[in-house]
Amino acid sequence: MGLTGLAIFKLLPKTNCGECGVPTCLAFAMALAAGKATLSQCPYVSNEAREALDAATAPPIKLVKMGSGDKVLAIGDEQVIFRHDKTFYHPTGIFIEVADNDANLAAKIDEINGIVIERVGQKYEVDGVAIANASGSADTFKAAAEAVAGKTDKAIILLTECPTCMEAAAGAIAARKPLLYAATADNYEKMVAVAKKVDAPLAVKGADLNAMAELVAKIDYKELVIDSGARQISQVIADQTQIRNGAVKKRFRPYGYPTIAFTTEADPAMEVLEAQAFISKYASIVVLKTTKTEYLMALFTWRSNLYTDPQKPIAVQPGVYAIGAANENSPVYITTNFSLTYYTVATEVESTRLPSYLIAFDTDGLSVMTAWAGGKFIGEAIGPWLKDSDINEKVKKKVLIIPGGVAAIKGKIEDLSGWEVMVGPRDSSGITSFAKLRLNV
Amino acid sequence: MPVEIYKDKFTGKVLEVILGATKEQGGTRAYTVKLGGSSTLPFLYYEGELPNRPVIAMEVWDIKPQWSSSFEPYYGDVWNDPVAWAKKAEEYGADVVYLKLMGADPELENSRSAADCAKLVKDVLAATGAPLMVEGPGFPEKDNDVLQAVAEAAAGENIALGAAEKDNYRGIAAAAMMGRHCIIGRSPLDINILKQLNIMITEMGVPINKVLNDPITSGLGYGIEYSFSVMERARWGALIGDKMMALPVVCLAGPEAWRGKEANAANADAGPGWGDEKDRGIIWEAMTAAALLQAGGDLLLMRHPEAAKLVRKQIEELAVPNKY
Ligand code: SF4
Repeated sequence: MGLTGLAIFKLLPKTNCGECGVPTCLAFAMALAAGKATLSQCPYVSNEAREALDAATAPPIKLVKMGSGDKVLAIGDEQVIFRHDKTFYHPTGIFIEVADNDANLAAKIDEINGIVIERVGQKYEVDGVAIANASGSADTFKAAAEAVAGKTDKAIILLTECPTCMEAAAGAIAARKPLLYAATADNYEKMVAVAKKVDAPLAVKGADLNAMAELVAKIDYKELVIDSGARQISQVIADQTQIRNGAVKKRFRPYGYPTIAFTTEADPAMEVLEAQAFISKYASIVVLKTTKTEYLMALFTWRSNLYTDPQKPIAVQPGVYAIGAANENSPVYITTNFSLTYYTVATEVESTRLPSYLIAFDTDGLSVMTAWAGGKFIGEAIGPWLKDSDINEKVKKKVLIIPGGVAAIKGKIEDLSGWEVMVGPRDSSGITSFAKLRLNV
Repeated sequence: MPVEIYKDKFTGKVLEVILGATKEQGGTRAYTVKLGGSSTLPFLYYEGELPNRPVIAMEVWDIKPQWSSSFEPYYGDVWNDPVAWAKKAEEYGADVVYLKLMGADPELENSRSAADCAKLVKDVLAATGAPLMVEGPGFPEKDNDVLQAVAEAAAGENIALGAAEKDNYRGIAAAAMMGRHCIIGRSPLDINILKQLNIMITEMGVPINKVLNDPITSGLGYGIEYSFSVMERARWGALIGDKMMALPVVCLAGPEAWRGKEANAANADAGPGWGDEKDRGIIWEAMTAAALLQAGGDLLLMRHPEAAKLVRKQIEELAVPNKY
């Protein structure tokens, strides 16, 4: 990435010894530029050349991992400013903050573990727990870290600026690879030593963007997460935007790390809206306090939407779905398996309050009109499928309701399936009144 | 050495559109609302001008809607009185009243006539001080009749008429021109159609600074990311100089959010972990609106007064200028 073969060639020994497996340094440089070789294949690269090459080929934002087992959280490694430029890769980690001296710590962790939200076939859980050293005591902090680690396998963030407290707690749960928050201008030497000792990622917090960048440059450790120290929402958005732009467009190394943001709103509804803004504007981790699941569901849903790959139509499993307690007298609707279309139609069918079947027809995740134009949602495809489908055993009346926009496929489906076809509304929002008028609800 | 502050150098900016007209301007509104004017991305005050903060419009119907019981305590006594409803929306802090003439749906038994719609709009204007937006029932022919009558009745008030779509914009554009009103152009999550529609509307003679864009909002959980990205792309286009993308964006956050099951389901019908119904619908709407703010929404249509209150509060926080 970034460097041309010629630029790489300039950094190689130019002895053409051939030990890398290709006859010349130039050929090796070309192979490197094309991503077909790795630098370690040449035993003679100088350290300076290696550093220069590493820096040039490194991703704009480092991938940092925390947590252990199957709860490893990978953050960073983002490549674009806007999701439509490509996609966002590593969804923001959502953490709940607890205090080390909370008398109900155990119950609180149970509560966090218990947050499991399911909607449209997705499951949302909190990514981790951030433990604040509210007590200021190393012993209490360590005990809390152990207690939390014992109760949950989620990722953990240790929040303290006291190096001895950090050492005690991080040492006790080192195997869990917690994120250590934070190294500051005052404590960074000791914090870096702790991070190196326990082999855990370290957050670097500055008084502002400048101080943060200066501090990062001083730190000889690469497993970092960065925080400009801003807390006011519009300044956080500004700083996060600076960091993302600087990292991606300018390759400014001190910005090349995942970021962390903290909410400050006391009202939980305002707090999740604040967290939303941080997620929308590049935060790799958001730490918040509320455990109200109706609020968290909205936040998780937004994260999931934002991090959806815009180039990949998301599809639901094709097949026959029962909406409500469908039975042999229920109407049968058909739409495509493009998930947006499917769930929109499903929601409308559900709001008719008439138990129904909804077929998600396999169109490779294309919407109705696109699939129709592309020959995937036409009588010739639907008819034969319908004829053999197990929906035949589920209902008595063989009547299929199709989207109004593709009324033209009615005849062909009827010919090829033996079903009767009823033309439904053009827009799914018309399903309720359609059901009222035509299905005698 | 201080870090270099990265700034995009934009040459374009979003046009400013004014809604409403005061007495001096030939109308009767208590104030006007300015939309747009941004010369940078949302909330990046350090980089450019953001002269007008996003505003909140609130939805009023001319017939009783089938909404969640969550609205009952707020609007229960005005469901059948759109004029009183509009006044209530103002009390709840609406910057703009957004009247949807659902009762003019030609398939309804007592479909409201164009003349009745015009009278209703006059009554709403007489009872309120906020700028007004009026949307027809969504049936092309009826929309044309209704909005023409409304445009005439509201002459001088600089209301917004909607929604003009690619296949149905001429009648509405003519009505807007005749009454010197604004027009809402609605495009189906497609940046090219958005642009094309703006060109077609302005080619008919509607001044460009009378056009608002509704790129179609999808609700949280149901395709909101498409709206988000279309809005981001259009805003970028505007900032790099494409005047036909440089119009203030209207987001129908309330109506779209409340289509989702998550907003409506009573506790008995709720999925695992959905929490309590009371705040669930409110946050679902507020989250939809707040996310779209980050993509450049200039006017948010809200439905629930509590959701509107949350979003207004966040706009205040977002409007604190950041700087370096
Ligand atoms: S091993 Fe290194 S020095 Fe030898 S040819 Fe390959 S690149 Fe050149």
